[in-house]
Amino acid sequence: MLLSLAIWIPIAAGLLVLACGDARKAVRWIALAGALLGFLVTIPLYTQFQLGNPGIQFEQLVPWIERFNINYHLGVDGISVLFVLLNSFITILVVIAGWSVIETRVAQYYAAFLVLSGLLNGVFAALDAMLFYVFFEATLIPMFLIIGIWGGPNRVYAAVKFFLYTLFGSLLMLVAMLYLYDKSGGSFAIFDWHKLPLALGVQVWLFFGFLFAFAVKVPMWPVHTWLPDAHTEAPTGGSVVLAAILLKLGAYGLVRFSLPILPDAARHLAWLMIALSLVAIAYIGLVTLVQTDMKKLIAYSSVSHMGFVTLGFFIFNSYGIEGGLAQMISHGFVSAAMFLCVGVMYDRMHSRAISDYGGVVNSMPKFAAFMMLFAMANAGLPGTSGFVGEFLVIMGAMKTSFWLALIAASTLVLGAAYTLWMVKRVIFGPVANKNVAALKDLNSREFLVLGLLAAAVLGMGVMPQPLTEVMHGAVNELLRHVAQSKL
Amino acid sequence: MNWTLLVDHLPVLPEAILLVGACVLLIADLLVQDGRRRVSTWIAQAVLALCAAATLFVLWGSGGGKLYLFNGLFVADAMAHLLKLACYAAVSATLVYSRQYLFARGLLRGEFITLMLFSLLGMMVMVSANSFLTLYLGLELMSLCLYALVALDRDSPLATEAAMKYFVLGALSSGLLLYGMSMIYGGTGSLMITDVAKQVARVYASPADRSILVFGLVFVLAGIAFKLGVVPFHMWLPDVYQGAPTPVTLFIAAGPKLAAFGMAVRLLVNALPTMAEDWQRMLVLLALLSMALGNITAIAQSNLKRMLAYSAIAHMGFMLLGLLSGWVEGNWNSRNEAYSAALFYVLVYSIMSVGAFGMLLYLSRAGVECENLEDVKGLNRRSPWYAFMLLLFMFSLAGVPPTAGFYAKFAVISAAVSAGYIWLAVAAVVLSLVGAYYYLRVVKLMYFDEPAETGPIVGHPEMRVLLSANGLSLLAIGILPQPLMSLCFAAMSLL
Repeated sequence: MLLSLAIWIPIAAGLLVLACGDARKAVRWIALAGALLGFLVTIPLYTQFQLGNPGIQFEQLVPWIERFNINYHLGVDGISVLFVLLNSFITILVVIAGWSVIETRVAQYYAAFLVLSGLLNGVFAALDAMLFYVFFEATLIPMFLIIGIWGGPNRVYAAVKFFLYTLFGSLLMLVAMLYLYDKSGGSFAIFDWHKLPLALGVQVWLFFGFLFAFAVKVPMWPVHTWLPDAHTEAPTGGSVVLAAILLKLGAYGLVRFSLPILPDAARHLAWLMIALSLVAIAYIGLVTLVQTDMKKLIAYSSVSHMGFVTLGFFIFNSYGIEGGLAQMISHGFVSAAMFLCVGVMYDRMHSRAISDYGGVVNSMPKFAAFMMLFAMANAGLPGTSGFVGEFLVIMGAMKTSFWLALIAASTLVLGAAYTLWMVKRVIFGPVANKNVAALKDLNSREFLVLGLLAAAVLGMGVMPQPLTEVMHGAVNELLRHVAQSKL
Repeated sequence: MNWTLLVDHLPVLPEAILLVGACVLLIADLLVQDGRRRVSTWIAQAVLALCAAATLFVLWGSGGGKLYLFNGLFVADAMAHLLKLACYAAVSATLVYSRQYLFARGLLRGEFITLMLFSLLGMMVMVSANSFLTLYLGLELMSLCLYALVALDRDSPLATEAAMKYFVLGALSSGLLLYGMSMIYGGTGSLMITDVAKQVARVYASPADRSILVFGLVFVLAGIAFKLGVVPFHMWLPDVYQGAPTPVTLFIAAGPKLAAFGMAVRLLVNALPTMAEDWQRMLVLLALLSMALGNITAIAQSNLKRMLAYSAIAHMGFMLLGLLSGWVEGNWNSRNEAYSAALFYVLVYSIMSVGAFGMLLYLSRAGVECENLEDVKGLNRRSPWYAFMLLLFMFSLAGVPPTAGFYAKFAVISAAVSAGYIWLAVAAVVLSLVGAYYYLRVVKLMYFDEPAETGPIVGHPEMRVLLSANGLSLLAIGILPQPLMSLCFAAMSLL
């Protein structure tokens, strides 16, 4: 029931906002109330979560389409509960961040974000493959509109590219799901599929079917090219949701579908996945270095960070998987914060080019402190959330092979290089021009948003325990599935 | 008076009502002045409502069972009732959507309404036919009215050209169909569909007699393919869709497709189940070509009506995926699943296309035709609600959840996968991605571009309500597809 509320409260609030139409003030407050309420109902998911139970909790099962044996089946385990919480939390920040920035079609803007938030909770909570698919696909519509309506100059190209790329991936997944439905004797329950025996050849085909959908979302090299475009053109709120939540759908899909349903193919193709991940980490890390646009830089650094996640998943030990998941959560906070920081500057200067800035610390000291903190977290400094995931994944990789760990660890150098170099050029140094000198520091609304994120980043960095203990049971369960051959 | 005779013929009550109603309208319309033609549309609506009530009554009276009438020439079964009800709805919606458009152009004449009703009668006969002859009669009644309707605006060169093209090609296809039927008659010695099925099962065993049946099947299939508008028998479709007045296009895009589906089921599934292996193989080719050519060519269109025409070709290709998956390696286990998927597809498609063309009519007004892509530019600025409706139609046509179009595609692709046509399913999803591009372009124009004109959008209240209901029904079916799906399943399992 709680999960249903987490899905439908934001969507209902979104519709209500649309109905309010032109009354901007009312729209903003209703949106905020909806987002807060949506977050409040997810808190019991954490406080009442039974740590010892590796299975599904807060389950809800209602028959939906009996003709195809599709159920409205919700539930969370230690992995998905974290993403529901993250999503509901980020939604609040997005609503506040857009408060005075969005001037055109305010109601539609907030409605799109609230509906998107509800749908995303649906993706993470769905235990029926078709329900998952419907939520997964439905997220495309609001995101498409968000990029296309409120985005930058090249928004139409980015929006269409985003839509078609992701649709292509998910359509192939649909065929894979229908095949599994047929093979399992007419069931769309994900947990039935976990037990379904499949030949290796079939598993490999299905693995690629799912991989197309998830790799595009993650995004993995070489299907990442939509991301820099989408991120650069999206409005700040759009970039935040895209980086913090939408990218997690792909990696979450790998954990929920590819690994447990197709364990043999996953092990058979682990070399490929690891290779792609390493390319993302090292090569995209280098690409990130030379970016001149701040949003593009953060977008590429997201690809590189997500490479860490997929690497962690495909080394098949608990360090790797827990590290990957921790990295996902941390990236949710850090990338959101980075995009919000760029948004703060963009709102004032209407430029994302690094070369237009310099010496921002002189006019915006508070902002500079926040930006520095998030940059450190992005680089994986110990004590911040970014460190936890990267450390665990490198530990896991070390268990597999020293060379693997070495290449993976290159991210610590590269990440520090591109992030800190950007910070140096933007924040420090002499004041670049008159516009920079005239910048106003954070207002209280911006301070609140960045402050909340800073607390999350530091809290998770210093005390990762509350996070890892939740996922522990579910990760062990997952590893047990992966270790079992289904041939 | 012989009451039992009357009661025995009760299942044709809807057809009788429609025939009488259309004749009454023909006369009554003479007394109506041009400015008050609205009266005629209300009479037509009343006739349709009576027909719907009669159909429901017959359905209820028969309990869904099959009834044969007129020495087996006519059959009333659940599929026929369902298709008839959908046809009434389509015609009724056409009347509401087109009144204002036709009135503004001086085309709201009695012929339009009566021809539509007679065409509807043809469709009803088609879907209830149990003999090749009845089927052919229904088909011709429907088609002849359609040819005349396309030429409704007789001063428009585009419309008359389209009507000519439609007539010539339509006559050719009827000839093909008739030729094929005569071959099958020659092979089986019967015109009754139920009889033919029995005879074919017997004759098919000997290779010598088989060739004549296969020969006939090829021609029959060509006729069906022409009426459905699938590649390579689609040539007429884009020109007719574009040339015909938009209300007529709207009419052609829904009812005749439903009737053609009914015809395909009667001829292929009811008459020639023994030859399923042969016709399924042919349908695979038709489906693949239609999905490919329809979706790819639609990208190049700048005229919305033409774009929707190519999209219709692609959609019928998708529908065939259901029709070709019933018989799997010698057994009929997934027959009901597959055929009900096709029925669901064609029903959902007709809701979508009626709505999409209805939007075009709504956006057109006196002197302004909404038929090019540019004409929907910035619609979100002019009318957010109807932009949202068009967005629903477009996303549903593209098959994006949570709209009804997704479940239609889902059902037929699922049928194809269970029948083992996995490569075809993959081709279908890849081609539907191609299709998503041009639907998305419409959404892009509506939401991301500035309006080219800012004139107010006017429409009478019935139209606004119906259009909204039409769009929201797609969302409703998308969220709760179960009722319609089980209805289709029930109809096809009583086949």
